[in-house]
Order: sequence, then C-alpha cells, then structure tokens
Amino acid sequence: MEQKYSTIIDSIKVKHPDAIISAEQLYDIPCIHVNKEYMKALVMDLKNNFGFNFLTDLTVIHYPDNKGNELCGSYLFHNWVDNVRLRMKVFISTEDNHLPSLVGAYKAANWLEREAFDNFGIKYDEHPDLRRILNMDEMDYHPLLKQYALEDESRRDKDDTFFGR
Amino acid sequence: MGEIKKDMVEMKEAPEGYEGRGFFATKLDSVIGMARSNSLWPLPFATSCCGIEFMATASTNYDLARFGMERMSFSPRQADLLMVMGTIAKKMGPILKQVYDQMAEPKWVISVGACASSGGIFDTYSVLQGIDNVIPVDVYVPGCPPRPEQILEGVMKIQELAKSESLRRRNSDEYKRMLEGYNIEVSK
Amino acid sequence: MSELEKKENPYLVSSDTIDGEIATLNLGPTHPATHGVFQNVLQIDGEKILSAEPTIGYIHRAFEKLAERRPFNQITPITDRLNYCSSPINNMGWHMTVEKLAGIKLPKKVEYMRVVIMELARIADHLVCNSVIGVDTGALTGFTFMFQQRELIYDMFEEVCGARLTTNIGRIGGFERDFSPKFIEKVEAFLKEFPAKFKEFDNLLTRNRIFMDRVIGAGPISAEDAIDYGFTGPNLRAAGVDYDVRVMNPYSSYEDFEFDIPVGKDGDTYDRYMVRQHEIYQSLSIIRQALDKMPEGDYHADVPDFFLPEKEDVYTSMEALIYHFKIVMGETSIPAGEVYHAVEGGNGELGYHLISDGGRTPYRLHFRRPCFIYYQAYPEMIKGSLISDAVLTLSSLNVIAGELDA
Repeated sequence: MEQKYSTIIDSIKVKHPDAIISAEQLYDIPCIHVNKEYMKALVMDLKNNFGFNFLTDLTVIHYPDNKGNELCGSYLFHNWVDNVRLRMKVFISTEDNHLPSLVGAYKAANWLEREAFDNFGIKYDEHPDLRRILNMDEMDYHPLLKQYALEDESRRDKDDTFFGR
Repeated sequence: MGEIKKDMVEMKEAPEGYEGRGFFATKLDSVIGMARSNSLWPLPFATSCCGIEFMATASTNYDLARFGMERMSFSPRQADLLMVMGTIAKKMGPILKQVYDQMAEPKWVISVGACASSGGIFDTYSVLQGIDNVIPVDVYVPGCPPRPEQILEGVMKIQELAKSESLRRRNSDEYKRMLEGYNIEVSK
Repeated sequence: MSELEKKENPYLVSSDTIDGEIATLNLGPTHPATHGVFQNVLQIDGEKILSAEPTIGYIHRAFEKLAERRPFNQITPITDRLNYCSSPINNMGWHMTVEKLAGIKLPKKVEYMRVVIMELARIADHLVCNSVIGVDTGALTGFTFMFQQRELIYDMFEEVCGARLTTNIGRIGGFERDFSPKFIEKVEAFLKEFPAKFKEFDNLLTRNRIFMDRVIGAGPISAEDAIDYGFTGPNLRAAGVDYDVRVMNPYSSYEDFEFDIPVGKDGDTYDRYMVRQHEIYQSLSIIRQALDKMPEGDYHADVPDFFLPEKEDVYTSMEALIYHFKIVMGETSIPAGEVYHAVEGGNGELGYHLISDGGRTPYRLHFRRPCFIYYQAYPEMIKGSLISDAVLTLSSLNVIAGELDA
C-alpha cells in the first residue's frame, strides 16, 4: 500500500515539478501541497492520466494565524481502479481569496464550491453559478470563518449576568 | 371482519346538560368543542428527525387515526392543527409563518421536539430559537426526538384545549393582541 | 380558453400549452410529495419539466461550526441528526474516525457488534426509502407493512442504547455495554421472521405490473454522469457501478464477511428500488454471519482516556474518578493530525474529514454528505420528465434533509 502511494506521488512530482510544493502522509491518505497557478492543469492531468476519476470531497479550512496563507482549499480525489486516495491542498490568503473552479473537471464540485463560498467566502473563478447555498441570501458574512461566533449575535434572550457566560 | 363489536367502539360522552323526555339541552360551546376536538385535521409540517418519528406515529404501530385524526391535510387551508416537527432554520421561518397565515380559524399549533420548541442543541446562527418567535404555540412536546407516545399525548392535549375552548376566544381582544404581537394579520 | 378567463384567473393560463406558454411551478419547500424541505422551482410546459432550480438550506443547522465547539465524545449526538434514518451508521463512522486519529485498536468483538448494528440501521434506512417509493406510486399498503417491521429494529436499538431514532449508540472505543441476551433474542427472532414479511412486500411491488410501468425509466442517470456528479451508495450502484466503501476500503472487519454488491443497469427509479431491496437481503446475511462468528472478548477497547469507567469504580477508585471527570468535561487529549474516514452510509460514502490541533475540540470537522453531493444532479435527471416522475425520482434518491443541509 505504502509502495503504491509513494510511486504515484513520485510520478506526479516528476511530471509537475513546479506545481507541487511539498508532500506528506496523512494517516492512510497521501497529501500534496500545490501551487495555485498550476492547480487547474494538475487536476486535469490527475483526472485524465493518473486515474483520479472521482472527486470525493472538497472543503476549506481557515487558519487565521497562518499569515499570508490563511485559507486552505482541500480536495480529496479517489482513483477507483487502483483504489488510491489523494488529498490536494492549496493555500491562499484572505486578501486574494480566489481559487480556480473545478466544475469543468468534476460536476460534483459545483455545489461543494458553492458551500465553500457560502461558509468561507472563497471566490471560485469561472464557477457557473457562485451563490450562497445553505445560508440565507441576506447574510452578510461567511459564518465558518474562525472570527465569527457560533451563536447568533442578535439574540437577546440570553442575559449573560444570569448565565455566567 | 364481520360485524363490529359494540364494546370496541368508544362513544364520546355527551357534554353536561339538561336531559328530559325527547330533549337534551346543553351549551353550544360544549357541542362545538366536542365536535372540533374529535375531528382535528392535522397539517404535518415535518422538517427533520421528529418528522420521521411522526411517520411512525401515523403508521401502523402507534396509529394516530385512533384519535379522530385519520385525515392529514397537506393543504393549510383545510387544516385545524399545525404540527411543527423538526428544526426550523431562519430561512424556513417566513415560510412557517406563511403556512400559519393561510390556515383558517380556529387553528392550533403543536411544537414537536426540542428544536421546534427552543432550538434544541442547535444554538447556532442559522437556527430559529423556537418557533414561538414567529407564531403562537399551544402545546410543546419535549424530546429529541419525542417518542411516538409523547407526540400522541401532545395531540391529546390539543384535543382537550379544543374541547374546552370558548367560542368567543378567537374574537376576544386578548387573542387579537396576541396575534398582533406576532405581526400576524387578524382575520376579519 | 377565452381572454376573459385568462384575465380573471392568471394561474389558469399556465396550463394552456397550445400557446406554448411556459409556466413556473413552485414545488416545495413544504410540499407533501417532497419528503423534506427542498424547494424546486420548475419551469413546465404542461406536465413536462423544462428546467428545475433547486434551493436548499431550509434546515441548515451549522453542524460543522457546532462541532468546532464540542469535545469529541459530544459530537456523536450531532452525527445522529445527519441521516436520521440510519443514525447508528453515522455514530459508528464518527467513532471510527476518532479511533483512527488516536490510533485505538479495537477488539474483534466490538467490530462485529458494530457490523450488526450498522446493518440493522441500513435495513431500516432502505425500508423507509422503498416503502416511500411505494407511497408515491399510490401503494400505501407496503408502507404500513414495512413500518411495522421497522419498529422491530427500533425496539432492538432501544434494547442496546435506550433510544429509538437518534441513537447516540456506542462510544469511542467500543460499546457502553455488552449486547444483552434480550437483544440477541430479538435479532434472532427478527432474522427468522422478517424475510417472510419482507417477501410479502416484495410480492406487492417488485413484479407488480402497475408499479413497474410507473417506475421503470423514471429519472434515469448514466454511469458516467453518476460518477461525474459524485454519486455513491445505492444510487450509484443502480447506475451499474459496483463501488461500495465496505468492499473498497473495508472498515470494522467488513472483509471477514461474504456478501454481494447488487448493481443495476439504467440508474432509473426501478433500479434504485431493486438495489435497495437486494441490499436488505445482503444485510440480513451479514448480520447472520456476524452473529455466528461473533468472537469472545471485551465489548470495548482498553482506552481509559475515552471509555467511561464503571460507575462503581468512580466512587471507589481515584484513577477512575479522574478519567471520568476528564471524559465528562471533555478534557481528553487527542493527538494533532488530519484524518479522513469513510463509511458506507445508507445513502453512500459518508466521510468524516477531521482536523485536530491537539485541543479538546476538533479544529475543523467536515462531513462528506452523500445526499448533498448527489442531489445536485436532480435538475439534470428530471429534465424532460413529468412532474409525477420528478416526485418519484426524488423519493428514490432518498434525499434526507438533515444530511443535505447539515
């Protein structure tokens, strides 16, 4: 199993030396850190030539203390023929929160990217229909960013003097 | 099959009144209350987990139909009892209110489960903290989700309310003030 | 239709297809035929659907944000409410994720016990879906039959954990107690009696001419499209792709059991129905094997950091008291790391992407919710079909609102 993983990562590295910044092993899943500029081309190649035919998951993680690389777009691909999973991570900053959209490569990315936009405000370039999906359209912030509270800030029925919060 | 055994059919007790040879006199309130309480048409407004428990309540084992609720009314206009089951998110709030608005008087509301009653464990930015922020509620059923027996009990409480309600209540000033408090237009 | 009629009732115009006029129909979010809260704005030409615009999020409950505020053992109740038709699978998936992160090795017995519970949950999930397909085609009888059987499964869950629907079953590291003899008795009785009852349901629908005419060809999807749209679970298998997490990446000792993966061909409503029907039979066989092969041993791993000590020990021994306090207050330390674990839920690959920074709560927890991902294909699937077929397609996809909106 380990053998299979390292050969795949090595062959990706050989083919895309500029794209891959580093690689690590996250438990049973290998993970590559990727340069944003080369990401689209890499994903197309992963799909067409490396057999990663399935986009399992797409999400975003917010690291507010990681200055300059606050937001991390995280993708999980699955190669069903060899049964290999691969995680891909792209770090971007809050100021320049654009990522290329993967809808062209995997249709499943459509709503996943909308969800990520809704929760984290990441703008996926060339996304066909980038709107909020879960929250109300009137919402003026992206709630899963770490600086926002879980509870509704407009609540008045919880008086802190009595609840000791 | 065959003939219905008499002792298996429960006859409702007539309300209090004066009885004599060939006549029976009682209050209009009581007669209407009795009729209403045994012919409530519920509108199941099921959003999540409690809705699945409601499905169990309405189907074979627990059989809600025993209480004069055979007919689910999926149209709010023909419903008497709004059963709100499950989490109501803020996005859903206006829709719930609209459904309530569309129901004709007299109408009752039962809030099934912790989420509908108070937001439950979801004290979050997206969840309405209790449907009583939007519409008036008559009976709260606790539980996450409540067992079918609890839902039945809640429905029976509504029946009690319907039975003893005065005919004047819905025209009273208190009732109108309460509706205005929820910004609900008072029907003429 | 005269001009006057059109003027007086603007809604009537919409059904007038002679002019080729296109009407807008708002299906949902509280429509009885949608089994949950989804809104679909349909553009229709007569009965034919030209396009659909789904809106979701009507029960968005912010699970992922909520999970960032809760200790690991308190996240299990949240997972209950994802796909509430099969909560035990979600619970177990979450436990396995944390166990993977913390490197906990489980006794074989726990894994077999989990398989029993998970397969029971799968049966309950598929029963709801299939009987609801029956209801949508106008066959209410099967629904009442099967809900009686589903109650038996709930009785069993109650025997194990005390709850019916939102079970919160098991703990990180195993089960809170061993299976009681009563539970085994109930499962045995279920395994004995259920197949005959289920056969009755099968006979009512599966080869019923009316039912077949109604569902064959409704809402089909090709295998390529299904993969592209991220389908998993029974809906993908109905399209003819034999992807199943239980086989591809076995967890909880699924590799020890013999079972088939039923696949369909056309990916239409009938195939989805059939795949679920057959999976119920397979689940029964897995439960039988698990009970027969159930090894001796402990019902939980030896992990005092996660597993609550016996109540008696809490009162008498200092060590147990400390562990008890730490677990209850959510102060258990968990290694930092990032892990993805997937289980085969009722609707497909249910994944947990957990990032821990070593604190008492997850740094980030993302649920890969199969419903959310495959529901986006719905407009594509119902394009050109009739409204009644659209309703059937929705119920056969088994979209569960709790999982859809998280």
